[in-house]
Amino acid sequence: MDNNLRLDGNAAGGLLNEVFPFEMTTAEATCGGCGNMRLIGELMLYQHGMGAVLRCVDCDTALIRITQIRGCYRLDLSGMSCLLIAADIH
Amino acid sequence: MPNWTTHLAGQHVDVRLTSEDGYQAQRSYSIGSPPEDTYLMLTVERLEDGEVSPYLVDELRAGDQIELRGPIGGYFVWDARDGKNDGSPLFLVAAGSGIVPLMAMIRHRANWENRVPAKLLYSSRSYEDVIYREELHQMSANDSSLRVIHTLTRQQPPNWIGYRRRIDRAMLVDTAWRQAEKPLAFTCGPTAVVEKVATELLELGYEPQRIKTERFGPTGG
Repeated sequence: MDNNLRLDGNAAGGLLNEVFPFEMTTAEATCGGCGNMRLIGELMLYQHGMGAVLRCVDCDTALIRITQIRGCYRLDLSGMSCLLIAADIH
Repeated sequence: MPNWTTHLAGQHVDVRLTSEDGYQAQRSYSIGSPPEDTYLMLTVERLEDGEVSPYLVDELRAGDQIELRGPIGGYFVWDARDGKNDGSPLFLVAAGSGIVPLMAMIRHRANWENRVPAKLLYSSRSYEDVIYREELHQMSANDSSLRVIHTLTRQQPPNWIGYRRRIDRAMLVDTAWRQAEKPLAFTCGPTAVVEKVATELLELGYEPQRIKTERFGPTGG
């Protein structure tokens, strides 16, 4: 993957808001690979025609894979051990 | 706009265009206006091979409707009213159209007469390519706590005494606040530039959580 194409997780805010009713770029994700905790907005975002992958800044583990196929969102969150979302921020 | 809430300086919107045959293209654009303004202002750089920007720049007319969602992003934001920011000097580093969200912060700072010291290091190809050139000049002339430093990477006017190269370590050492001053850094522009700036600031001792990045991809915008 061309590193020049990568963006910040912040750029996935609109897409994540299609699925979650919260401000997700400030949610904290704990990486299942290295255990580091980062804001979603800080993660590395790789976008492609089918959807997006958010990767750990420190170890490159895919924390969130989100695709939209035939009217369904498909989320693979298996790379993440914990997701902390502030419920009062919309 | 229905369901619109006031934005924060640094946020972006997603713009979606749908052609007559149903094909859709979507891009993110940073908001250039401060939250206090009545109108939302986007600054769009026209990319020759772009799918969305040529339409927005060449075709869109007053009164046309476009699909837009936002404001988006709570990470790359600066709020003059946020007590947590008290006293932290701002170091803003922009390349090309990466100036747009940083301009929202500079305008917002000016509107609130928040005099936290701020420096903008801004890389453009040429003098003509400097976005908001006059406004930045005026703002820094009227505000001793705002310093604007330009670098022109490809072409410089005669008598240019500023920087004339891409942003590098030496330039950041010259211009950035010292780490001991507890600065808050925001950098926005093409991915390669943003990553270079963030890496160098880390090496200068900036705390990782206090370097906020907004990558625009290979060409920006």
